[in-house]
Amino acid sequence: MNAKHSLSQVGPALRTRGLEKEYGHGAGLVRALDTVELEVASGETLAVMGPSGCGKSTLLHLLGGLERPTGGEVWLAGRRIDQLSEKALARLRRHAIGFVFQAFHLMDELTAAENVELPALLAGRSPRAARNRAATLLEQVGLTDRAEHLPSELSGGQRQRVAIARALSNEPLVVLADEPTGNLDSAATLDVLRLLDELRSAGQTLVIVTHDARIAATADRLISMRDGSFVEETRLNHGTTGRLSELAGLEG
Amino acid sequence: MGRVLLVRRLAARDLRRRPVETALLLLAIMAATTVLTVGLLLHGVTRGVYQSTREATAGPDVVASVMAPPKGSRPADFAGLQALTGAPGVSGHTGPYPVVWATLGANGYRLGAQVVGRDTAPASIDQPKPTQGSWVTDGGAVVEAAFADAVGIGAGDRITLNRRSFQVVGVAVTAAVSPYPNVSCFDFCMPHAGLVWLTRADFRSLSAKGRPQGYFLNLKLADSAAAPAFAAEHNRPRVPTGTRPSESDPSPPRLLAWQDVSKASADLVRNQRQTLLTGGWLLVLLAMASVAVLVGGRMADQIRRVGLLKAVGGTPSLVASVLLAEYVVVALLAAAAGLAAGWLAAPVITDPSAGLVGRAGAPPLTMSTVGLVTAVALGVAVAATLVPAVRAARTSTVLALADSARAPRRAPWLIALSARLPVPLLLGLRVAARRPRRIMLATVSIAVTVSGIVAAIAARIDLRADTPAPGGGLVGLESPLDVSKADRLNEVLLAITITLVALAAVNAIFITWATAIDARHSSALARTLGATPQQVSVGLSAAQVLPALVGAILGIPGGIALFAFVGDSTTIPPFWQLLVVVAGTVLVAAGLTAIPARIGGRRPVAEILRSELA
Repeated sequence: MNAKHSLSQVGPALRTRGLEKEYGHGAGLVRALDTVELEVASGETLAVMGPSGCGKSTLLHLLGGLERPTGGEVWLAGRRIDQLSEKALARLRRHAIGFVFQAFHLMDELTAAENVELPALLAGRSPRAARNRAATLLEQVGLTDRAEHLPSELSGGQRQRVAIARALSNEPLVVLADEPTGNLDSAATLDVLRLLDELRSAGQTLVIVTHDARIAATADRLISMRDGSFVEETRLNHGTTGRLSELAGLEG
Repeated sequence: MGRVLLVRRLAARDLRRRPVETALLLLAIMAATTVLTVGLLLHGVTRGVYQSTREATAGPDVVASVMAPPKGSRPADFAGLQALTGAPGVSGHTGPYPVVWATLGANGYRLGAQVVGRDTAPASIDQPKPTQGSWVTDGGAVVEAAFADAVGIGAGDRITLNRRSFQVVGVAVTAAVSPYPNVSCFDFCMPHAGLVWLTRADFRSLSAKGRPQGYFLNLKLADSAAAPAFAAEHNRPRVPTGTRPSESDPSPPRLLAWQDVSKASADLVRNQRQTLLTGGWLLVLLAMASVAVLVGGRMADQIRRVGLLKAVGGTPSLVASVLLAEYVVVALLAAAAGLAAGWLAAPVITDPSAGLVGRAGAPPLTMSTVGLVTAVALGVAVAATLVPAVRAARTSTVLALADSARAPRRAPWLIALSARLPVPLLLGLRVAARRPRRIMLATVSIAVTVSGIVAAIAARIDLRADTPAPGGGLVGLESPLDVSKADRLNEVLLAITITLVALAAVNAIFITWATAIDARHSSALARTLGATPQQVSVGLSAAQVLPALVGAILGIPGGIALFAFVGDSTTIPPFWQLLVVVAGTVLVAAGLTAIPARIGGRRPVAEILRSELA
C-alpha cells in the first residue's frame, strides 16, 4: 500500500510531543533538542530560526525520520513515525516527505532531469511517467533548458531549484528545507524565495530551517530556537506575500 | 633527512592505524610470492637428490640398450651393444644385462614391469642400493623403490611376475633409470613400467623360452661430462638418410646419458612446477588487484587526510611518497616472508620420489630467485599504487579538504537502462557505473580466479585421460600411477585453487567495502529520497555480483586458453561443471558482499549528510 494513503489528511501535518535528542555519552553528552513541542498545520509554512548548533537541523532530521529521537514522539499526518522501522520510514519519506538541503545534495553523475526523476523511480513509477513529472517540475522551477545539464554545469541557485523540484517529485505532504539559501548569492536567493513562496501559496506544508530573516519573513509562523529549545514563537499573519522583493531588497 | 623521517613516520603510523588492512595486504602479496618461490625452486629440487643417488649406486655415465620389438622379426643388435664397450672414451662397463617385459601382480594390482637379470655379486657400475632388505638372491626379487612405494610393497611381501611367485627380498634405488613412474623409456618399452631385478637364473625361468627381449649395458666414461656427446654420437642412425631399414637390419642400440636421466627425474615435479608457476602468476595478478582495491578504497576514505597533509605544507611528491612508502614496505616484508615460506615448502610439496636416495632438502635460494620474487612483489605494490598516489598528489587541496575530489564517472546509457530496472538493480548499476576502474578490477579479479579454477578442472580431466590403462593395458585395479602422480598434482592444484579463491574473496570484500564507503553519500541520499536500507544493501551487493557474473563468464574461455597454453592440450570441461563454476561464483560473490553491503546500506543517513557540510 502507498505509505501516503495510510496518513490522515485532517489535523496537523506534523506534531511532536516532548521531543528530545542527545548525542554522545557521559561528559561528552550534548542535548541537541530538549522537550520540543510542535504542531505544523497542513498547508502551513513554518520557519525555524536560531544560531548555529541550536538544534534546528536536528529537529528537521527528526521530523523527516532521518534520525531517531532519544525521547518523545513524532507524528506525521496522524501517524506516529518515531517508532517505525527503517524500511517503513524510507517508504514514508518516499511518498510523504520532500527534503531540500543547504548543500543541495544532488547526485553529481546525474543530469538535472535524472536527479528530479529519481524519487519517482524509487517510488516505482514507470521511467516515462517519472521523466514527464521531472519535465513538469523543471518547467515549474524555470529550468527546462537546463534539464540535461549536470549539477557541475549549473549555478548554485539552479542546483537548489533542481533540489526543490526533486523534493516535489512525489507530491509530498510536507517539504522540509534545511537552510535552502545558505549556499546561495543574493540573486539565487531571490529565485529560491520566489519558489518557496509559490509553494506556500499552493498550500504545500513547509518547514524551513534558516538563518535568513528574509526567508523567515515568507512564513506563516516563525519559531526561534536556542540550545535545543523553542524560545519564541511569532505568527506572521500569512507571511509576507507581495512584499518579498521589497523585504529582500533585491529588486529596484 | 627530515623529509625521509616524516615520510617514514606518516607511513608507519598509517599502517599501524589499519592493522587488518595491512595484514590482509601482506597475506595477499605473500601468497603470490610463496607460490612463485616454490615454483621457481622446484627447478633444482631433485638435482641434488639424483646426484647423491648416483654416488651411492655408482651410477653409470651412459646406459645403452637394445630391444627387440615384441612382434618384430628384427633381432636385437647384441653385437652392436658389445662393441660399445670398446668405444673411445669408455673406461669401464657392466652388463649387458638381459631384460624382459612381465606382468607384476601385488596388492590387487596387475602392472607392467621390466625385469632385469642381474648377478648376485655387486657390480662396479650401477649397483642398485637397497633401502630395505638385501640385493637379489635366487627366488628373491628386488623392486625399484618408487615402484614399490606406489604399489605399496616392501621387503618380505610376495609378488607375482608372469604369475610366478617371488618374495620381495629388497627395495632398492638406482641412478641408471629415472624413478617410477617416469622410468626411462628406450626404443621399445611399456610406458610407466616399473623396474624389478631378479637373479639371472630366475630371469631365465621367467622369460619366454629363456630368451630376453633386450639388454642393458652400463658404461663408465673417462669424462662423465661428455656423456651427452657420447650418447648423441652413438645414437646416430646407421642407415643412410632417405633409405628405410630392411627387416633383417638389427635394431641399433639406444644410448641415454646420466644427464638425461637426471632431467627425467626432475620431470617428476615438472607438472607441479608448471602448475605452481602458473598459479603463482595468477596470484600475482590477484594480489595486484588486491593492492589496487585497497589503495583505491583507502583513497576514498583518506582524501580529506591528503588534503590536510597538503594544507599544512606537504608537497604533492611528499603525499605520493607516503602512499608509495606504505605499500613498498608491505611488499618487501611480503617478499621476504614469501621467499622464506616458499623455501621451506618446496621440499615438502615435491618429495621427489622414494626412488632416489634421501629426501629433497631445501633447495638453495639463488640471487635470481630472490631478485625476481622481490621485484614481482615491489612491482605489484608500485603498479597498483602509482596511479592513485599520483592522483592524490595532484588533487586540489581545497577539493580534498571538502572530500569531493573524486568526482564520479557518468555512464548515460547505463543510467537510462537502470531506470527500467527494479530499485535495487537501479541503485546497483548506478553505483557500479560511478567507478568503472573499480568494477574492472572486480571483474578481472573474478576472471583470473575462475580462469585458475577452470584450468585446474581441465588439468584434472587431462590427468585422468593421460593416465594409461592400469598396467599399461593390463587388466587391473586403479593404477598406482593415479596415486603417486595424480594425487601430488591434485594436491598442488587444490592448494592453488583454494589460495586463488581466498584471495578473490578478500578482493570481493574489499571492493564492496570500498564501494560502500565511496557511495556513502549517494546511498544516504537515496535513502533520504525513499530507498529502503535493504534496497541500498542489495544495490551495493548487486554492484559486485554483476561484475562477478561477467568475470566468471570471461574466466571460462580464459581458463581453457590458460590450460591450452600451459598444458599444451585443449581440454574443455563438461558444460555442467562450467555452469556450476559460474553459478557458484555468483552465489559466493553475493554471500561475501552481503555483510559489507549491509553495513554500508545501514549507515546513519543524517550523519553522512551532515558530514558533507562539515
